[in-house]
Order: sequence, then structure tokens, then C-alpha cells
Amino acid sequence: MNSILFTFIVLLGFTSYYFGRKKAYTIQSTKKRLTALPQFYGYYLAIWCAIPAFIIFSLWAIFEPTIVKLLVLSDYSNQGYLDDELNLIYEKTKSLSRGQFTGEITPFIEASAEKYLSLRSIAQSSKAVIVLSIIIASVAYAYKRISSNSRTREPVEKFLNAVLFTASLAAILTTIGIVFSLIFQTIDFFKVIPLFDFVFGTHWYPAKAFVRDSSEALDPSMYSDTFGAVPIFAGTFFIAFIAMCVAIPIGLMSGIYLAEYASSKVRQYAKPLIEILAGIPTVVYGFFAALTVGPFLKELGTSMGLEVSAESALAAGGVMGIMIIPFISSLSDDVITSVPQSLRDGSYAMGATKSETIKRVIFPAALPGIVGSILLGVSRAIGETMIVVMASGLAANLTLNPLESTSTITAQIVVILIGDQAFGDPKTQAAFALGMSLFLVTLCLNIVALRVVKKYREKYE
Amino acid sequence: MNKSKEQLLNKRYKAEQRFRLYGLSAIFMALLFLTIFIFKIFSTGYSAFQKTWLIVPVTFDAELMMLEQNPSNEDLQDADYYDIALKSMADLDPNANEDQENELKRMVSYFFEKEIKNELLNNPGLIGKTKEVYLTASDDLDQVFKGNYPRDLPEDQRRVSDYQLKIFDQLVAKGKVESKFNISFFTYADSREPELAGIASSFMGSIFSILVCLMIAFPVAVLAAIYLEEFAPKNRFTDFIEVNINNLAAVPSIVFGLLGLGVLLAIFHLPRSTPLVGGITLSLMTLPTIIIAARASLKAVPPSIREAALAMGASRMQTTMHHTVPLSMPGTLSGTIIGLAQALGETAPLILIGMVAFVNTIPGSPMDPAASLPVQIYIWAESAERGFVEKVSACIMVLLGFLIIMNLFAQIIRHKFEKKWS
Repeated sequence: MNSILFTFIVLLGFTSYYFGRKKAYTIQSTKKRLTALPQFYGYYLAIWCAIPAFIIFSLWAIFEPTIVKLLVLSDYSNQGYLDDELNLIYEKTKSLSRGQFTGEITPFIEASAEKYLSLRSIAQSSKAVIVLSIIIASVAYAYKRISSNSRTREPVEKFLNAVLFTASLAAILTTIGIVFSLIFQTIDFFKVIPLFDFVFGTHWYPAKAFVRDSSEALDPSMYSDTFGAVPIFAGTFFIAFIAMCVAIPIGLMSGIYLAEYASSKVRQYAKPLIEILAGIPTVVYGFFAALTVGPFLKELGTSMGLEVSAESALAAGGVMGIMIIPFISSLSDDVITSVPQSLRDGSYAMGATKSETIKRVIFPAALPGIVGSILLGVSRAIGETMIVVMASGLAANLTLNPLESTSTITAQIVVILIGDQAFGDPKTQAAFALGMSLFLVTLCLNIVALRVVKKYREKYE
Repeated sequence: MNKSKEQLLNKRYKAEQRFRLYGLSAIFMALLFLTIFIFKIFSTGYSAFQKTWLIVPVTFDAELMMLEQNPSNEDLQDADYYDIALKSMADLDPNANEDQENELKRMVSYFFEKEIKNELLNNPGLIGKTKEVYLTASDDLDQVFKGNYPRDLPEDQRRVSDYQLKIFDQLVAKGKVESKFNISFFTYADSREPELAGIASSFMGSIFSILVCLMIAFPVAVLAAIYLEEFAPKNRFTDFIEVNINNLAAVPSIVFGLLGLGVLLAIFHLPRSTPLVGGITLSLMTLPTIIIAARASLKAVPPSIREAALAMGASRMQTTMHHTVPLSMPGTLSGTIIGLAQALGETAPLILIGMVAFVNTIPGSPMDPAASLPVQIYIWAESAERGFVEKVSACIMVLLGFLIIMNLFAQIIRHKFEKKWS
């Protein structure tokens, strides 16, 4: 039904474009001067066809379900049902009307399913009638305006400009969506769990918070010592630290070598090869860490008499470090190449060797940019999910031993939310609270890093 | 005095060489990691492209199949194949007792009944005759045949019994075990049994998600980039949009998964586990990447083009739409492909919106539940069966292949079609 209507409206749009243009040619043939190119007359008409259709379709999409629900449930209104029960009845009605209901069919529900179906069909047909009549009216109005040869280019361009502007709001809307999706669950979480316990508690056992029925959910004593996030934050930063211990020396040195020493031929091949490391999906790194690096480290440790967990922080952090190498190397390469040649020439003229120039002149000059690139790398490491989920432990141990297993924010979010979730359960909300803290931490890192890099760029431009 | 000067100089030259060596070894290390990585994936994965078949003589006994004389095609469809399938496996060892018959049955996949049925449907004249039929070997025997399974373990630690191995070795000696290219890896959906698991369902899931992602992200991002680069006034608000875009590009992907879960599933009630929701989530992630690429390539179009068009009397909108945007398209497209390649490899957000559900049907539209290739890698990597290890590596090879093709495509577009302004 909807798709037929939609196709019809699209066809109508094309026809009105065609008629608008044709009208322009007839006006032209009467030796009158056109106010715009003929196709603008067509666009003008087509826009007058598209806008009302769009508005009515969206109004219907927003209000139809609510109104239908209200009407269907009005039969039950004075029977003393709770809101939740009414919702359940409505869900049953809907699934029965789709023929997917498996439970016991009561005559009440059967009746409301019939009512639901008839209301839906009324809504659909009235939508079709309203859309078509309004489109015809608005196209007729626009056609009249065209016939009097009034301006068409300006309104069309204004409309396009509005479309462009709306598209540019998408980024803001996404940010708002992120904050919106995180904040409500987080607030609900902190209503049950005090903020203090979350930030300073040292025990994290979300599995303990398994709610059997709703009476238990309201008992806060059940959650004491369950959602203390310190081990998770510690684990996150610890694994990120190990990753940076691998990534910074290798990334930075290869960036310096590529920028200062490498011949153009080496650069041409080595740079894209290193960047392949950045293009490999993280789940692949996770598999590599879990299957190869973890067991390898365990064997190595055993042969040296050390006890190494197969899911050690070292394996996850090390592989994560390999993943981050290209970010640091290519960013620091860019930063170093943008240091002005005059600084180098000055240093060489004083008799400094190449490495002395790099260490004493170029590196200090490029430092802000390099720090920025390292901060971006850290933010990547903190937000990295799949490597940790697959290669590091899932139990949150508070430890600083790289050979033991720890867990991170991202791994806990996945562990909690994999499978079915019940919204309103503190365990689910805990995942959103963790997501919120992850978002805030990475946001701060990103803002600082982007600022630093931008300032640095301006300095040498 | 002179000598110490020379010593100092030598020291400095040595330091120079050392520094250079550090740089070289850093690059060498990075490339070494890459090589180990690729070698490891290929060495564990290549065997998954082969599949082991047992060639078993099957007697198509009409009585056992409950078939009457001159059966129609429908009769053949409905016939009972289980008994002849069981019998032909049991016949491998005439002296087998009941337990051993059960073990014999477990030497092939549970599709053996269907495989025998297909053989007969393709050639109805076989009724009453005996023919050798190719049956998929169980994944343990598959691994034994490929040499990935240690045979010298004590029997109670192996999933293959000594008896099964004995019969299997007899079959090998008779040349009745064959390894052929594993087509079912590409045509079957996911399965709990490694020998029957394929990537068709997750592949289609990936394709659908990427298409949804492209259809949403590309138009919105290009329009946004045009506005920001060509029309936006320089003010606080556009600065704010720009900061937003740059930050979104660095937000961890799992946060987008939480967005999909909290908004798309919980508020808009879109169907869970579907490529539709996955695609929308991924499109929000790729949006900033494409916007940044599109803006960069719009910026690279020299102002003289715009000035010439304006001087000929074109409006700003006409200048942009007829001249600037077409000239910037190669750069935008290659940025889009790179963004899509990133989205194709993304796992965490898809796990959160439920695309990890076990799906054993091949999805036909973006509204059907599905997995995606990276999620399939995750699901298989978490499974205990030995047969999945090589499947994971093979799936990784397919995924990397796609990523390489997409990136090459982006390079070609950039080099072939982009105008160099000098």
C-alpha cells in the first residue's frame, strides 16, 4: 500500500517537473521573457509536490501508531488495568493481527485485533486520500504562480539551501543522539547505585545483580559492592598503557625515519604497507591475540617459570599497540614533514648531524603535534573493543601485573549487553553508565588532541 | 686535543648511525608484525577451502524408502531416506555392533540423508541400484584428514574414537576419501557443525548493512559537506558543527552501538538483529569520515573555476552543483569507499544491536535477522570446536580480500579521475 502510494507520488513529481518545464516553453513562445531557465519552472512544481507529501507522510508515521493504540485501548479504559497490562494487551493484539500470536486467544483480544486491523486500513486509505488531494491542490497553486511568470529560481535555490543546511545538522543530531541514549539510563543507574560507590568501589560483579523479580530490584542493599568501577577503569588504562608502550617507540621512530631518512622509494612502499595495519578490522586482531599471542606468551612464561594467564593483559595490550602503530607513525610523519626546512638548514649549517638536528631542533618543534597524535592514539586504545573482548579476561581483577587478566570498560559493555537486555535492569543501566564514562573520557582526549594539533598547524602555516 | 676532537666526532657519527638504525628497526618491526600476521592467517585458513568427502556405496532400496512402483517426483520428495542412509553407513563394517553402527553414522555430517536424497532426485533411475555417493565427512575426520588433529592423543581425550579412525583409515587406503574445493563454505548459512557452516548468511548481512549505510551516509554527508564548504557563513554555529564532526570521527565505535541500542531499538522499535539497524548505526559512524573527505576534495577545487562560472552569470547554487561538485566527486567517492571499508570491518556496534544472534537462514532483505562477516568471525572464534579455527581464518581471508578490493578501487578512482590542479 505504502510503496504503491510512494511510487505514485514520485511519478507525480516527475510529471509535474515535465509540465512545469513545458509551461516555461509556452511562455517563452509568447515572446515573454522568462525569469529563470525552464528547468527551474519544473523544479518549482516538483518541490511543491514533494514537500506536502513529505510532511503528511511524517505526520502519519508519528501520530498514526499512537492514535490507533489509544482507540484500540479505549475499550479497556474503565476496567482498571495498569499501564503495563494495557501495553501487554496491545502487543498481543498486534501480534494476533499479524497472525503470529501463539498464546491463548481470548474473545476480547480477538475483537480488539479486528478493531486494530479496521482502524489501520481506515488510517491507510485516509492517508492516501489526504496526500493526493493536498498534492493536487498545492501543485495547482504552484502552476498558477508559474503561469503568471513569477520568480522560480530563488525559491528553488532557497529550498536547496535549506536541504543542505538540514543535512549539515546530521552531525549535531548524532552527538545529541549519543548523549540522549546514554544519559537517561545513566541517571536511572545512579538513582539505584550511589555515584560514590561507582567511582570508588573496588568490586565489580555485575552478574550478582541478576534480578529474579521486580520486588528484588528495588532493594539497594543487593547491589552494594557490585558496581564498583575502579577495577575496570584501572584495567582500561593499564591495557592502554601497555599498548602505548608498544606503539609510541615503534610508531614514533618509524615516523621519524620515514620523514627524515627514507629515500622516496622506501617511503613510497613502506608507508602504505604500515598503514595496512590500520585497515585491518579489530576483530581480526582480537582473533590473532587470542589464538596466537596469548598461548605463545603463556608458553614462553611457563618455560621461564612464570605463571602467565592465557588471557593476559600483555597479549591484549601488545596486539592493540601493533594496531595503533600506524596512527602514530603517519600522524607524526605529517607533523615532522611540516616543520619548516629553514629550521633544519640552520641546524645543519651549525655543523649538527642529522640525528642531532632531529633530536634537538625538529623534535621540540614538532612536539605539540606529536603529543596530539599520541593522545589520539590513547583515545583509540581506550575505546578499542574487540581485541579486549576476545583476548583479555572478562572478570574484573584489580591488578597491575601484566601477566594476569584484567577487563576494560568496552569489554564489560559487550559482556553485559550481548544477548537479550531488559531496560530498567541496573545491570543494563550499568553498561550505559560505563558507555557514558567512556564517551566523556575519549571526548576530553579528542578535544585536547585536536586543539593541540590545530594550534600547531597554525603555527607553521 | 686533536685526538679528543676526533673521538668526539666519531662518537657523534656513531650516535647518528645508531639513531638511524633505531628508525630502520622500528619500520622493520612494524612490517614484521604485518608479515607474521598475514602468514598466520593464511597458514591456518587455507585448508578451510578444502572439504573432505567420504565416498560411500548407497543402495537405493525401494522397499526401505517406502516407495511404490513408478514413483512420481513428489513421491521421491517425500520418501524416507533415513533408513537407506543409515544402512549404507552401517554397511561400511559388516561386523559392526549397535554402538559401532552409531559411531559409523557419526563419521558423516547430519546432512548425509539430504545428500543421498539429492543424488536420487538428480537421477531417479537409480532406484534399486547401488551407487557411490559423496558424503560430507564429520568435522573431526575432516581435521584428521587435513592433518590438523593430533591422532596420538589417548582415545578419551579425542572426539574421534579408535574405531572410527580404523574404518576411516581403511577408506583412505581404498581411495574412498576425497578432498574437494569447499563450495558449501560460500553457499551455506551458519551452522553449529563446522563442516556445514558457511559464510553465505553473514556475507549477505554485510552486503545489506553496507548498502543501507551507503544509502544513508553518502547523500547526507555530501550535502552537509557542500553546505559547510560552499555556503555556510563563518560563525559560531558552523564552528560548532565542525567541532562536532571532528569529535564524532574519534568517538569509539562501541558508543555508536549504544546509540543504536538506546535509540533505534528502544525508542523507534526497529527490528532487532537486522542489517537495517546495523546499517543505520554504521552510517552514523561513517558520516564524519565521508564529510571530511568530501570537504577536502571540495576545497581542492581551485577558486578560478567558481569565479569563471559566476562571471558567466551562474548563480552560486548553479556554480556549485554544475561545476564544483562534479569536479570534487572522485575525491568524495574514494573517501566514501574508504569509509565503507571501515564500516565493513566494524564489529562492536553490531554485537550490541543483536547481530550476533545465531542465524541459519540466508537473509533475503535488510529486514531479516543476519550476522555480518566480522561478527561471524567473532562468533566462530568463540566456539570451542576445532573445526572453526580454520573457518575463522578463511572468513578473515574473505573479509580482508574485500577490504583490499575496496581500497584498491578507491585508489584507482583517485588516480584515474581526480584532476590535478597546479
